[in-house]
Amino acid sequence: MPTPHQPSQPSSFNRILQQYQRRWHQQLVRSLLLLSLILTSFVVVELLNIERIATGIPATFKLLNEMWPPDFSRFPQWLAPIFDTLAMSIAGTAIAIGLSLPLCLLAASNTTPHPIAFYIARAVLNITRAIPELILGMVLVAAVGFGKLPGTLALGLHSVGMVGKFFAEAIELSDQAPVEAARSVGATTPQVIVHSILPQVFPRMADVTFYRWEYNFRASMVLGAVGAGGIGLEIISALRILQYQQVSALLLVVLIMVTLVDGLSNYLRKDFVK
Amino acid sequence: MQNALSGAAIVELENVSVTYPHGVTALTSISLQLNRGEFAVVLGMSGAGKSTLLRTINYLRPPTQGTVIADGLGDLSNPQILRSHRQRTGMIFQQHQLIERHSALQNVLMGRLAYHSFWRSLLPLPQIDQRIALDCLERVGLIDKALTPVNVLSGGQKQRVGIARALAQKPQLMLADEPIASLDPASAHKIMTLLQTICQADGIAALLSLHQIEFAREYCDRIIGLAHGQIIFDGPPAALESHHLAEIYTDQTIVM
Repeated sequence: MPTPHQPSQPSSFNRILQQYQRRWHQQLVRSLLLLSLILTSFVVVELLNIERIATGIPATFKLLNEMWPPDFSRFPQWLAPIFDTLAMSIAGTAIAIGLSLPLCLLAASNTTPHPIAFYIARAVLNITRAIPELILGMVLVAAVGFGKLPGTLALGLHSVGMVGKFFAEAIELSDQAPVEAARSVGATTPQVIVHSILPQVFPRMADVTFYRWEYNFRASMVLGAVGAGGIGLEIISALRILQYQQVSALLLVVLIMVTLVDGLSNYLRKDFVK
Repeated sequence: MQNALSGAAIVELENVSVTYPHGVTALTSISLQLNRGEFAVVLGMSGAGKSTLLRTINYLRPPTQGTVIADGLGDLSNPQILRSHRQRTGMIFQQHQLIERHSALQNVLMGRLAYHSFWRSLLPLPQIDQRIALDCLERVGLIDKALTPVNVLSGGQKQRVGIARALAQKPQLMLADEPIASLDPASAHKIMTLLQTICQADGIAALLSLHQIEFAREYCDRIIGLAHGQIIFDGPPAALESHHLAEIYTDQTIVM
């Protein structure tokens, strides 16, 4: 006859429980610190300033009222800028991917040929990410003149920072087991990268690429504000001459375009990755 | 009691069939009764339907046809009954299914979740639950690893954390899906002995899925042979004859 288990409560339990509780308290303190940081930020940006919020709400409604109904009378003139914006986002993203592919191999700790190359590549990625596309756009407009070209270059260069970083991280997180298998069959390092690492990170790269395309489509509209062409320029112009009904029509057009681009990029991503 | 099953049964499957969405039939009209206190094994090759059968018993894989009745509770298709049934049914998985970055203690405490509401479970569980969890870790011999992250433990140790988690539920039934398939023979014997000892001491009924006949013969008092989603043998190990084994271990899906 088996003896039923008698729960023992030795002193070691108390020691473990104390330690467990201490860890929980530490986590609680960390969470509270984070919460107070968030609250401080709210105060700094005046989100908790009731007076400002109270006056802001009616003003917003007044503006919304002036935007209604949307005025689509200039729609035919918008078709070319929409097309430009689309082209800018595609070309800009392609530039970013082209530059990111070599950079990410240098910037991933497991594929980099040398630590110096690693740090230089990381620095390049950080710098391009640190300069906002709007600033980059202004600089490039000054350098190559108004139009779609500076906008596209700004999108491409700024995107490298994020796309290259995400590509590099995907490479670093790839499973080492297939890499070992590729080495064991006698593959050279470039062969290992192409046949063992890239197949693993390809879905992630496709994800990042299509997400970035979508982002660039939206960003290219902001770039219009600094003279980089596209539908963004139309929005800024309409805002400057206080044509709020045209602004709302343009925003609706943009909303539809963003939804279409989002749907298309989702479709392409699934198609690519399967 | 209205919901009580006959005799010693703890759970009963009636004409259970499972067909996966892509058309594969994993179980065909299985009727089976698990009894209190027995240490049973489902024996079969991979693909025979062992995992599906175990998962059907706690509705991780609801049957496409047929019913599963828990003694004293009723039909598992009722969500309330299912939660009560799952609370008293521990499950052990081949791949441990632990949160690797959490400590062994945190993982074992997951076994206490069904005893608390959602809001209560956001805070650390009461001392009594923590002591139950530690007690379970002690029984599987891992008390000194209580605060160690699971990802640094060995396969056998992880499996023991998995057992402790199931044990922390204070279960009446223990389901173990290939608990020793990814372990070396020494660790496998250790795990089987541990399971057998604990289930006997606490009067827990157990159903394990295995593919090794030697382990089934050595530890279990009932063998359920499964092939192609059907039960082809059900009885004590001594009654298992070579023609049964031939049927269990003949894979007709491979065409030479």
